[in-house]
Amino acid sequence: MQPLDASIDTLDTSLIVAEKSDHHEEHDNRMFGFVVFLLSESVIFFSFFAGYIVYKTTSLDWLPTGVTGLEIKEPAINTVVLVSSSFVIYIAEKFLHKNNLWGFRAFWLLTIAMGSYFLYGQALEWSGLPFGFGDGVFGGTFYLLTGFHGLHVLTGVLLQLIMLGRSFLPNNYAKGEFGVQSTSLFWHFVDVIWIILFTLIYVWQ
Amino acid sequence: MTNISVDALDFVKPPDSNQPQNWRRFFGFSTDHKVIGIQYIVTSFFFFLVGGVLAMIIRGELLTPEADLVDRAVYNAMFTMHGTIMLFLWTFPVLLGLSNYLVPLMIGAKDMAFPRLNAVAFWLVPVFGFILMASFFIPGGPSQSGWWAYPPVSLQNPTGNLINGQFLWLLAVAISGVASIMGAVNFVTTIATMRAPGMTWFRMPAFVWTVLAAQIIQLFGLPALTAGAVMLLSDLTFGTSFFDPAKGGDPVLFQHFFWFYSHPAVYVIILPVFGIFSEIFPVYARKPLFGYKVVAVSSLIITGLSAIVWVHHMFASGTPDWMRMLFMATTMLISVPTGIKVFAWVATVWGGKIRLTTAMLFALGALTMFVFAGITGIMLASVPVDIHVNNTYFVVGHFHYVIYGAAVMGIYAGLYHWFPKMTGRMYSEGLGKLHFALTFLGTNLCFFPMHPLGLQGMPRRVASYDPEFIFWNVIASLGGFLLGVSTLPFLLNMIGSWVQGEKAPKNPWRAIGLEWLVSSPPSHENFEELPIVIAEPYGYGKDEPLISNPDKLEVVHATP
Repeated sequence: MQPLDASIDTLDTSLIVAEKSDHHEEHDNRMFGFVVFLLSESVIFFSFFAGYIVYKTTSLDWLPTGVTGLEIKEPAINTVVLVSSSFVIYIAEKFLHKNNLWGFRAFWLLTIAMGSYFLYGQALEWSGLPFGFGDGVFGGTFYLLTGFHGLHVLTGVLLQLIMLGRSFLPNNYAKGEFGVQSTSLFWHFVDVIWIILFTLIYVWQ
Repeated sequence: MTNISVDALDFVKPPDSNQPQNWRRFFGFSTDHKVIGIQYIVTSFFFFLVGGVLAMIIRGELLTPEADLVDRAVYNAMFTMHGTIMLFLWTFPVLLGLSNYLVPLMIGAKDMAFPRLNAVAFWLVPVFGFILMASFFIPGGPSQSGWWAYPPVSLQNPTGNLINGQFLWLLAVAISGVASIMGAVNFVTTIATMRAPGMTWFRMPAFVWTVLAAQIIQLFGLPALTAGAVMLLSDLTFGTSFFDPAKGGDPVLFQHFFWFYSHPAVYVIILPVFGIFSEIFPVYARKPLFGYKVVAVSSLIITGLSAIVWVHHMFASGTPDWMRMLFMATTMLISVPTGIKVFAWVATVWGGKIRLTTAMLFALGALTMFVFAGITGIMLASVPVDIHVNNTYFVVGHFHYVIYGAAVMGIYAGLYHWFPKMTGRMYSEGLGKLHFALTFLGTNLCFFPMHPLGLQGMPRRVASYDPEFIFWNVIASLGGFLLGVSTLPFLLNMIGSWVQGEKAPKNPWRAIGLEWLVSSPPSHENFEELPIVIAEPYGYGKDEPLISNPDKLEVVHATP
């Protein structure tokens, strides 16, 4: 009988070990890791910005023929919407802290709507432009910067939709809401990047 | 009764894919940092052999002044793939393997901060390795633009296909970048947040400091290369004109993106090797690491300086004078923190009770090679010398002394030193010393002749050369073949000792460090109870305990 007992003991411990190793202290480290990732991600944008500044200041013929510049009015409205959505998502987070799930969902949904409006405005602008991706370094950098940023906005909206869906799981946000916090942080990041991008591309012409 | 209990045993057999005695875990999606570490090391060593075969074909071509062994275009592909494989599929991943294995053990953690992310990052290595190898088998062959892929050469695409060698090269480099960022986030988080109780910053082993310093470089450097690679890929595939001078683009801008990462990348390689030196010299000289805190901080100073030296690769690329002067000065500044380290290692070894094991021999050999490479590095940092020897074999000789002489030999030192810990077996000292002798001789035979060749004006990346250069080229080729031979005793030793070497005790080298307080190999969770650190590292000759709970780290399993 002894071998059997011993083996069951081993089984128990190994199961416990397996259980533990699945979680580890991963939970507490996730925010730290995410911030480190965002810092690294920002360097890609800063590299593109640096490239843009070099092209803008050194190119012999910056604007493609027939292009006089960028229309600033519609993108400015877009900017206001995106920047305000950063405050809206903050309010949503505050509601979650107070365990008011419906308040959270309402403001979270408003953020999603504002992000989607931004994407729609961006697509509208793209479709009306007289130049394309291949039209010199001007066209190249414009679509590269706005496209890469737009991809981040889209990612942010998708993450927000997932978090909204997860808020309907019972007690899901009871013991911490890393997903919500990190999505919100990501949204602020996307926002700050846009402010720099808007200044570089639209204001500095 | 016996039958029943055997059946029952089979029935209740736990899923043991992560148990230390199961060899199959090395071939699956394990989240154990020790398994992942060994997976990295073995995978990258395979690619080291591939890159080595390419190097020997290159040296075979250069035995004679004429281009007679391989076609010139094939030769271009050979040196491009040799450089790319050796950096992205050998030195980076093998050091990630050592770091993966050692960092959690050294800081007293049960695993990395994100074990699953760790496994995903590893499995991307064979994926992009496969993509890179696949480029040998597509029309037009692999990329031929060198490992730095400078436009407009890299934009030529002679076959006109969408899937061309350069495309696959860029794809592989991009995936490698993603994997490295995942790894870097993991390492920095692990080191910052998962140290054992009492393991303060200045109680961390110097190796952990160097891993931290190296991974911070990955975090700020790699995204810049990624940005440049995305733009190059878009030029190649979507017809943009970022780097195409014929359409108003700026090819020098790519060089800035490339070197902003790829010079610091050299420190990503050499910093952990510095860490290996700092671990090995105290053990085999029985003395504390000289100036531990200064050595630790100097790693971070190297990280900081590494971000402002990249233009020294572009002194001949039409950079303005002020830029040349500035980057000459910053490049030379790097020799201050590295000089501090060299001084500390020499002072550590000085007057010690030296044991010349294979690991120690490799570490001493690598240190010597590093000093030599450092001197030629200072020569190259100076603008007039650099303009003179730019794109010659002098540069090739210099960086091979860094990457083979210092880094690969340092990696060998680390592999031997921690082999008993990783496998639970002792290696053969005889074969190890033979391996060292062949490697040391081969390194110098192969790479020293490149210096006189470069000074005499032989350009790099050529399949044929002026007959006046034949003498040194033949010597270098013989050295290259010797380096190929030198891997045989290593392979024999590693495989043979792993299978049937003498069983290793917990601490065969009488070393001080958390990894030496647990069994060889350590259990799945490393520490049953987290160690409580009460002393600084490297307490050789001090007779003070490192931790307060040495008896509680492991449970002794009574065999039924």
